[in-house]
Amino acid sequence: MISVNITKRLDTSEGSLNACFELTIRDGEFLTLFGPSGAGKTTLMRMIAGLEQPESGIIEVDGEVWFDSTKKINLPPQKRSVGFVFQDYALFPTMSVRENLLFAAETAEQRRSVDELIELVELSQLSERLPSTLSGGQKQRVALARALVRHPKILLLDEPLSALDPAMRQKLQDELSLLHKRLGITTLLVSHDISETVKLSDRMASIELGTIIRVGNPLEFFSPHTLSTKLQLIGEVLKIEEDFPISVVTLLVGSSVVRTVLSNEEAKVLCVGKHAIISTKAFNPIVMPVE
Amino acid sequence: MEAEFINTMLLTFKLASITTVILLVIAIPLASFLVFSRMRFKSIIETIVSMPLVLPPSVLGFYLLLAFSPASTIGSFLTEHGIRLAFSFEGLVIGSVLFSLPFMVHPIQSALSQVPRSIFEAAYTLGKTKWETMIRVILPSIRHGLISGIVLAFAHTVGEFGVILMIGGNIPGETRVASIAIYDEVESLNYALAHQYAITLFVVTFAILLLVYTLNKKSLGDIR
Repeated sequence: MISVNITKRLDTSEGSLNACFELTIRDGEFLTLFGPSGAGKTTLMRMIAGLEQPESGIIEVDGEVWFDSTKKINLPPQKRSVGFVFQDYALFPTMSVRENLLFAAETAEQRRSVDELIELVELSQLSERLPSTLSGGQKQRVALARALVRHPKILLLDEPLSALDPAMRQKLQDELSLLHKRLGITTLLVSHDISETVKLSDRMASIELGTIIRVGNPLEFFSPHTLSTKLQLIGEVLKIEEDFPISVVTLLVGSSVVRTVLSNEEAKVLCVGKHAIISTKAFNPIVMPVE
Repeated sequence: MEAEFINTMLLTFKLASITTVILLVIAIPLASFLVFSRMRFKSIIETIVSMPLVLPPSVLGFYLLLAFSPASTIGSFLTEHGIRLAFSFEGLVIGSVLFSLPFMVHPIQSALSQVPRSIFEAAYTLGKTKWETMIRVILPSIRHGLISGIVLAFAHTVGEFGVILMIGGNIPGETRVASIAIYDEVESLNYALAHQYAITLFVVTFAILLLVYTLNKKSLGDIR
């Protein structure tokens, strides 16, 4: 179990603020830090990894103290058992895929496990290639495999899929989910993508302006009004066109764009860029496979 | 004549090689400091490193000569310990190191500043020390900067004239390098020998630069 209770001064675009994070991560769970940019998600993750230092507080992992401001304990990142996957992959450019993983290995057993990991992320064919010759998705798989070589106590994923196209993103989300189920490694993900959060996480912590607002089940979080509806979707409002006496609202649901007609009154409470729930009660939705 | 020519050329390249090796050792930590330090007086150090780019070589040579002279504090201290730097090969090495410093530091500094911060952090989270990270990850990935620095510092030392003339003079076998010899031979209207020195410098430096840029291009192509 990992418990975090720290404060940190954050410099945001709206001035600096005192962030305060209190969070418990259970063994083997997949927890997502969800929130807008600049809320402090990445900073929290970097403090767990030891890449940034909190102002005060405690970080404890399986009974081992990684940071304690009162006892002046601050383990360097080298001494913390973490696997960190960076947004820009951070692969070592002069090393092949295999060498990148071997570089991380410390024991003979870890060195032997390298080929297994390469196979697990389906990169056996590319193991001798340099990172520059790989696609974004392949690079991210290497970064993930590299982070797993040392069997870390916690896997930290800092928006690992944000630079990928939607199709590759979905594929890697599936793989990540499978990998997590298979290895059971405690995982912390930073994301501001709803579908990613719902799909991957056991629990999520919603962060805004340096505070954890709520921790809970992602489905309950995103659809709090679990009504007796037949169909309920969450989308982002893209456009509201007022066209008397009605309004045409365009929403992005997953990767599809949906247009729907609302009364002006109903449309008034919506905001472009914010999320909205679309639900229907009266009819059975028609679901068909897409070729 | 022939023996003196070979001697002078050997001395020239010996000076350039020793200077380059010393510079390489100094420049890597110095460039890292300039890239990563958040010290307030960093820009002063940055300025001092860059000074030789704009300062007339004779200015640096003049002050070094004053410092090396037994009449000065540094010079008298050195003389007491049996070290003579003025008009000696060792003095030339010191002068050349100072004068070629920016040519080694700048390429390394610019290559280092282009390495994403996350590359360092990735190595740290994989349990690697700063030293291991530098040797195994960072230096290989900035090798084009290192090669440019080596070539520029070497070529610049071979071509250096002002500082050497001021602090080294023209002692055959000790401080008489090719650039001084050219000047000396022209002064004594010995154009044939001056030409021999000049064309040798021209061809050798051209060949070195060509070789290095070809190799550099190839290795960069591998990474990108």
